[in-house]
Amino acid sequence: MNVLKIATAGSVDDGKSTLIGRLLYDTKSLTDDKLAAIEEKSRQRGFDYLDFSLATDGLVAEREQGITIDVAHIYFSTRKKSFIIADTPGHIEYTRNMVTGASTAQASIVLIDARKGVVEQTYRHFFINNLLRIKDVVIAVNKMDLVDFSEEKYNIIKREIEYLASKSEYKNQQLTFIPMSALQGDNVASKSENMSWYAGETLLHHLEKLDTEATEEVTQVRFPVQTVIRPKTDEYHDFRGYAGKIYGGDLEIGDEIIVLPSQTKSTIKSIHFFDEEYEIAKNGSSVAITLVDNVNVSRGDMLVKVAEEPTITKQLDATICWMDKEPLQVLQKYHIKHGVNDAQAKITQLSSILKTDFSGKIENPSELALNQIGVIQIKLSKYLLVDSFNQNKSNGAFILINPKTNNTVGVGFIQ
Amino acid sequence: MNQRIIQVAALESEAIYIFREVVAQFEKPVLLFSGGKDSITLVRLAQKAFFPAKIPFPLMHIDTGHNFPETVAFRDKIVKELGVELIVRNVQDNIDNGRVKEESGRYASRNMLQTETLLDAIEEFGFDACIGGARRDEEKARAKERIFSVRDDFGQWDEKNQRPEVFDMLNGRIDLGQNVRVFPISNWTELDVWSYIQKEKIEIPSIYFAHKRKTFIRDGMIWSAADAVVYRDEEETVVERMVRFRTVGDMSCTAAVLSDAVDIKKVVEEIRDSSISERGARIDDKRSEAAMEKRKQQGYF
Repeated sequence: MNVLKIATAGSVDDGKSTLIGRLLYDTKSLTDDKLAAIEEKSRQRGFDYLDFSLATDGLVAEREQGITIDVAHIYFSTRKKSFIIADTPGHIEYTRNMVTGASTAQASIVLIDARKGVVEQTYRHFFINNLLRIKDVVIAVNKMDLVDFSEEKYNIIKREIEYLASKSEYKNQQLTFIPMSALQGDNVASKSENMSWYAGETLLHHLEKLDTEATEEVTQVRFPVQTVIRPKTDEYHDFRGYAGKIYGGDLEIGDEIIVLPSQTKSTIKSIHFFDEEYEIAKNGSSVAITLVDNVNVSRGDMLVKVAEEPTITKQLDATICWMDKEPLQVLQKYHIKHGVNDAQAKITQLSSILKTDFSGKIENPSELALNQIGVIQIKLSKYLLVDSFNQNKSNGAFILINPKTNNTVGVGFIQ
Repeated sequence: MNQRIIQVAALESEAIYIFREVVAQFEKPVLLFSGGKDSITLVRLAQKAFFPAKIPFPLMHIDTGHNFPETVAFRDKIVKELGVELIVRNVQDNIDNGRVKEESGRYASRNMLQTETLLDAIEEFGFDACIGGARRDEEKARAKERIFSVRDDFGQWDEKNQRPEVFDMLNGRIDLGQNVRVFPISNWTELDVWSYIQKEKIEIPSIYFAHKRKTFIRDGMIWSAADAVVYRDEEETVVERMVRFRTVGDMSCTAAVLSDAVDIKKVVEEIRDSSISERGARIDDKRSEAAMEKRKQQGYF
């Protein structure tokens, strides 16, 4: 079955937990025992409504403080499709969690409280959706019941967001506006009887219709080799299968390819998946590939089609989201992980900090602190095979790791 | 001529990618194998990740001595077919030498005792990556779990200080003495697992299908009376019922459900229409709201 990964961000006040609870409830994904547990806990705490955040805030500390600290993954499905929601906290101090949750998302839901309209947090959601190049974005104008289902209020918000989108450099984004009341269920899974002026679809119907495949970018094919399979058995004596996942397009028997960084040319001889052989492997498949020629290929090498080579470089210009308490500083050294490839990285320049509310940037800062997004230049210890993030998401991102703590401290987007 | 086109389903492709990263990034991985449906699914995915080579790591079973006999028999059969190494470590050994104390009474379970045996085995063999079949949809503390989850010397999970996992880049760098728990089917749901077992025609232990069993009822749950390890009061009457097990842990903490799903097709239908969650039949999760989180902090699977 198709799986659609969705990111949502917002604070409790926007009704995010209520929306997720409503989706679970209306798709009958909340089982009786879980629902009973939520009812009991809500009663214990003296709430007169069901607090669905109790279903998603999985850590003791989160329930004690009544806040979402970490990304939660929520699963539900309809007869047509399975969904994974990465539920992320929306405040500025959780920017890194928002980036983490949204990094694997194919679509995103931005919640707006109809009473408050576009607020600072909305800008940040928008900024991160654009940074991550998320194509399908739903603007959920929530709490319509509290503004008397006013079309005028809805249109004001819609116009503001459209203006914001017109200023964005990312032009392929598909915006879908849905007025709703998550609390009462209007336009979530069933069409609202209170907003006859809205001709569009319900949220669930829209999400069901999104083509999971179309949300995957189709660009130039990248096949980073994870490991080489050499069975050394009698039956497969000379078998050398290059195992990896295909990104950006399809590969086919007979395709002329180049092995990078050695620049050796060869041709695809066979494509294996488990005990079967195939002629074409589609974008996103984890397969094993053999080549006609006996070339030297190892982990971190990349197979690409002739005339579709990525940039081979020892220097990167990138936008980076910082995720560690210890700030990033110029001249510091980190491990860099780009796809399945590793190298050493030295920060040679920190040129600016981008403001996530679209209000500009701070030039020549001395350091980049936790949750800040900046523009940096990096020198590498070896050549990496990269694309710009805008052209090829999977081959245009990297993470930095602090060699002292082994923690992942930043995520970068190559310019 | 029809072209043979492979398009691997996203969840399967993701799991295979994770297995290959484990083998590339770690020196001594091991697959924690319980004989349950999730670990059986893991074995199939591992086969697919490395075929035509054999699975390049051993399987390890932490045997509580309270496993269903059907599961243990199935374990031995699958290991023989695959030709992989099986390591078994027994909770009973730690009970015998007094390192852990067995619970007693009507809710007694060896579930908690597994942790000590697991940590001993990790140290004994020097495993740096333990692959497990936990899924985020099972339980809300597990929903916060990473795919590569770092544990310290004591096997502890530092849930408030987890590494961010962005895109599909997996950071497996650890210090000596640490190890990583790896969860390749993190993003699968219970229904995904059952549908996969159906699609792949994977063999599973017979207790997952409806069968007649001597049972008794306590706290609204159905317990197996066929085995001596499940504590039973004398006034709890034994009745033969048509049941199956939806999750297979220890006999002492896994309740059965009434079912007439005698084959995989019926099981999938039953799961699809079920209104009770999978772990609803696990008494070990009902001890408190934070039961799973506490066990995980102490090094549980």
